[in-house]
Amino acid sequence: MKKIFLYIVAVMIPILITASLIFAATTQDLAILNTGGEIARRQHEILSFAFWLSMVVIIPVFGLTIFISIRYRSKNKKAKYTPNWHHSKSLETIWWGVPIVLILILSAVTWRTSHTLDPYKPLDNDLPPLEVQVVALQWRWLFLYPEQNVAQINNLTIPKDRPINLTITSDAPMNSFWIPKLAGQVYAMNGMNTKLHIIADQAGSYDGMSANISGEGFAQMRFTTEVITDEEFDNWIRLNKYRDEELTQELYDFIAQPSEDDEVHFFAHYDKNLYQTILNKYMSHAIPTDYSNTPETTNGGHH
Amino acid sequence: MTKPHTTNHEQSLDKAKFGFWVYVMTDCVLFATLFATYAVLRNNTAEGPSAKDLFSLNFVLLETMLLLTSSFTYGLALIFAKQNNKKMTINWLTITAMLGLSFLAMELYEFNHLITEGHAWSASAFLSAYFTLVGTHGLHIIIGLIWIFVSIFRLKQGTLNIKNNNSLTMLGIFWHFLDIIWIFIFSFVYLIGVAL
Amino acid sequence: MFGRLGFDDLPTELITIGGALSMVGGLIAVTAGLIYFKKLGWLWRNWLTSLDHKKIGVMYIAIAVIMLLRGAGDAVMMRAQQALASGDSTGILSSDTFQQVFSAHGTIMIFFVAMGLMFGLINLVLPLQLGARDVAFPFLNSLSFWLFASGFVLINASLVIGEFSAAGWLAYPPLSGLEYSPGVGVDYWIWALQISGLGSLLSGINFLVTILKMRAPGMKLMDMPIFAWTVLGSMMLVIAVFPILTVTLSLLALDRLMGMNFFTSTLGGNPMMYINLIWAWGHPEVYILVLPAFGIFSEIVPVFSKKKLFGYTSMVWAIMSITVLSFIVWLHHFFTMGGGAKVNAFFGIMTMVISIPTGVKVFNWLFTMFRGKITYSSPMIWFLGFIATFTIGGMTGVLMAVPAIDFQVHNSLFLVAHFHNMIIGGVVFGYMAGLTYWFPKFTGFKLHEGLGKLAAWLWINGFIVAFGPLYILGLMGATRRIDHYDASLGWQWLFIIAGIGVLIIGAGIATQILQLGYSIWKRKELRDSTNGDPWDGRTLEWSTTAPPPHYNFAVIPEVKGQDSLWTSKQAKTTTKQSTTYNDIEMPKNTDAGIKLSAFAFLIGFGLVWHIWWLALIGLFGVIIQTILHLTKDDHEYTISAKDIKLHEQHRLKGTSL
Repeated sequence: MKKIFLYIVAVMIPILITASLIFAATTQDLAILNTGGEIARRQHEILSFAFWLSMVVIIPVFGLTIFISIRYRSKNKKAKYTPNWHHSKSLETIWWGVPIVLILILSAVTWRTSHTLDPYKPLDNDLPPLEVQVVALQWRWLFLYPEQNVAQINNLTIPKDRPINLTITSDAPMNSFWIPKLAGQVYAMNGMNTKLHIIADQAGSYDGMSANISGEGFAQMRFTTEVITDEEFDNWIRLNKYRDEELTQELYDFIAQPSEDDEVHFFAHYDKNLYQTILNKYMSHAIPTDYSNTPETTNGGHH
Repeated sequence: MTKPHTTNHEQSLDKAKFGFWVYVMTDCVLFATLFATYAVLRNNTAEGPSAKDLFSLNFVLLETMLLLTSSFTYGLALIFAKQNNKKMTINWLTITAMLGLSFLAMELYEFNHLITEGHAWSASAFLSAYFTLVGTHGLHIIIGLIWIFVSIFRLKQGTLNIKNNNSLTMLGIFWHFLDIIWIFIFSFVYLIGVAL
Repeated sequence: MFGRLGFDDLPTELITIGGALSMVGGLIAVTAGLIYFKKLGWLWRNWLTSLDHKKIGVMYIAIAVIMLLRGAGDAVMMRAQQALASGDSTGILSSDTFQQVFSAHGTIMIFFVAMGLMFGLINLVLPLQLGARDVAFPFLNSLSFWLFASGFVLINASLVIGEFSAAGWLAYPPLSGLEYSPGVGVDYWIWALQISGLGSLLSGINFLVTILKMRAPGMKLMDMPIFAWTVLGSMMLVIAVFPILTVTLSLLALDRLMGMNFFTSTLGGNPMMYINLIWAWGHPEVYILVLPAFGIFSEIVPVFSKKKLFGYTSMVWAIMSITVLSFIVWLHHFFTMGGGAKVNAFFGIMTMVISIPTGVKVFNWLFTMFRGKITYSSPMIWFLGFIATFTIGGMTGVLMAVPAIDFQVHNSLFLVAHFHNMIIGGVVFGYMAGLTYWFPKFTGFKLHEGLGKLAAWLWINGFIVAFGPLYILGLMGATRRIDHYDASLGWQWLFIIAGIGVLIIGAGIATQILQLGYSIWKRKELRDSTNGDPWDGRTLEWSTTAPPPHYNFAVIPEVKGQDSLWTSKQAKTTTKQSTTYNDIEMPKNTDAGIKLSAFAFLIGFGLVWHIWWLALIGLFGVIIQTILHLTKDDHEYTISAKDIKLHEQHRLKGTSL
């Protein structure tokens, strides 16, 4: 009797730990689930769908494991014992078949969403997109707004409800550009342009970071994404344009030096060619600007 | 299934040969990876010279002939080994080694030429890939040559049983394998390089 | 004269000094002990130069256990740092040390713990299961082990002299290139892996030939124990992908040593190619490790359920399809590189497809237990822990296989939790179960059951506590490999819980060490009274004595069908004492493997520190030693039938000569 009690306790403890962890999770701000923009929200929907679909297999496996391991313990003399039964066409068909069907469903979803949520795909939206160029430095993020000719370090300010076209490169080891509440990440690489299209439908500030190790100061390589209204955005540009700070090539070379400074800096002007200069630094003639399998995509978006 | 009555010796020869074939397969993967690397990087010349500007087909054709002939002469050596003719085996092995050495000398000459012209392996990704692919083949040739010389020495010394011996058979597999790899290098690096 | 090596390369930080001192101290203590007890000669003759696959297996496991302690120590330091370094606190490690620690943790756990345990167990069990006297190439086996040991020495040398790589366990360029990592760390990483990887490649060839050529007469492929099938799949993968690793590491080394431009970001180099190449090896590597673990469970479940394995043919198909599929999924490690929707979708779908045969295996195990008589010895506890953790890991893996989801969880702690589900829940639990299961075969006594169950229970619970919070943190947007984070993020308490989990796993490891010590102390009481078949086994390894004689089988068994031992036990035809013995040829001991590997170490060390003459000495040593060994003919000696008869009589009575 005492032994059974011990077994029950031994099994209950991991179950209780798991349950309390799940409960703890529900009390937290889970960035990936608690989203601030359309892309991240759709990614979350797929996550939920795939999760529940996999439960079709997971729950029976757990159920069967518990049932079989209790029922067929050697001490249970009532249970049936068939030592040489080792094959059943119908049973095996079920567990080859059911997962195949589930994976077929998930494959269809994967194929479709890989296209609809391709980070390179421009968003369907009537409003004109805002272009922002992103440069990963050691260990800061530089954001260039070519249409407005302003630049910022460690802060990405964007208007609400407008599609944002991000073009990303790196003047540092490879990094990964990630704003969990707005969209999944994309790598930032030397001499390459990667693309990410995001949109925010709730104003607020969202954490952004590098998700790929890039040297000593990598953990500090975070930035804030400020989402403000269109009007506020225009005002923000207009007000700051009065400032006189210019991001010259010299200044750029200075800030491109390794530094763990995470301050925000604003520049009212920068050299139009800066982004291309950064790209060219790493280019030798035969590397396409885009890292992509189809050469036609050089000018953005897959077809 | 091998019967327990076959001698241990035969069994282990059989295993060794099979094992050597598996090793050759791993070497194939190794070269395949280097070829893939070369294919990715062959146009990344960093605005320096490309394959077209650097290679001379006549020179490489001569190298190829040397190596192909050496495969043939190695085959002759094996035939004489089967006939238990030690002297001729040694002779043909020596000729094979000489051909291999000439090939190696030509390759080194070409490398040296490229480097003195300013096209060393550090000049561009293309050149890195080229030197590494062709150099790895060259390293294998060196190993093959050492093996041939050791075999000649052992045959002379009488410590290598000329008949039924695995060492010469496996060396043969190895030497022909290097020939085949070279044909690929010749086609992909030189022929296509000069043509495209 | 000494390249880049100087006195300032000795450790300076408190924690690294501690690590270095414990390493050097341990070495001195062991050597002193051996000299004091006059055991050096014995060790050399009976173990280090032995070509006996069983002894080589034990030595693999010994190194793996030492490395497990170091890797676990790294884990404790990482979690301690992350539990403390919130907001203004900088924790206990500098960023650089922290990055070295996690790079070392991953490298050590995969290359030296998991690979070591795997090759150890394969060495111990495979020839016995096939009814063979040894592996196909006993010398090559010893060489493989010593190359592995040489890599082990090199990676530990980095603790004492110089530094280790801070570029993560796969050292992506350009971070791992000269420009951003000019020190010796990445070079240590390259050469430790290169040398031990060469050993793995040779082992792959060796075991493949063993399986295909050395099976006992009558044993068809479809009669082999499932463990042998999984080893076959795993070794096919080793043969196919370790050459890719060799090339990849070499190219990175050429970039660093000779100024080549394979993976630099200038002059046409292509860092993305490195990422492709390393994962073309790296993904199959995961299956190389986990397949034998599947095999172990396929042995354990039937034995402890007293029932034939369900769906043998299904199992074989599942193993082989996993083997093939594992080649075409590597790109799922970098969907975020921007490869395009079609490419991403293809690799994502292939990844999901792997879950089908894997799921089939789980159901086959469960239905092996169904209508069986299950006894819950500790291997079965590991199995239940495996089912729970591995299924969850499989589920999160399928989630991450969908590119649209992966963009959100890639490089986050969610990913870290996922692959620990696979590696700890799958690989480690499997190997621990295997170690417990086969332990009596090689020692003649069982491990203490109570402590074994406690250890498994601690591991399982520790696992949940350590990695559950990481899933949550990942969903909160916490990336991996951070040594510091903002207090306002509210992550600290989760990191603290995860840290507690690591301590619980640590308690599990401590219990295992205690279990080993206690079992050795109580070995008389724990003696295997059946003299070789303590679990009522089904496969050939249980038909010989415990420990087996060095020639394994006095008479090579004849095999008819699957589970041949079980069948013959049922038919009561087991004749343990055969009357006619033949002479047996066994390989002689040799120190050639040690010498070759020592020279390989010199090459590695020389290249790490740019001590060219040392590398040259190593190179010539390797060449000359190889020629000397290969041109020597007398590698074997004969045990006469008379001696075997004498030996067998004593052995079967349980007395020693």
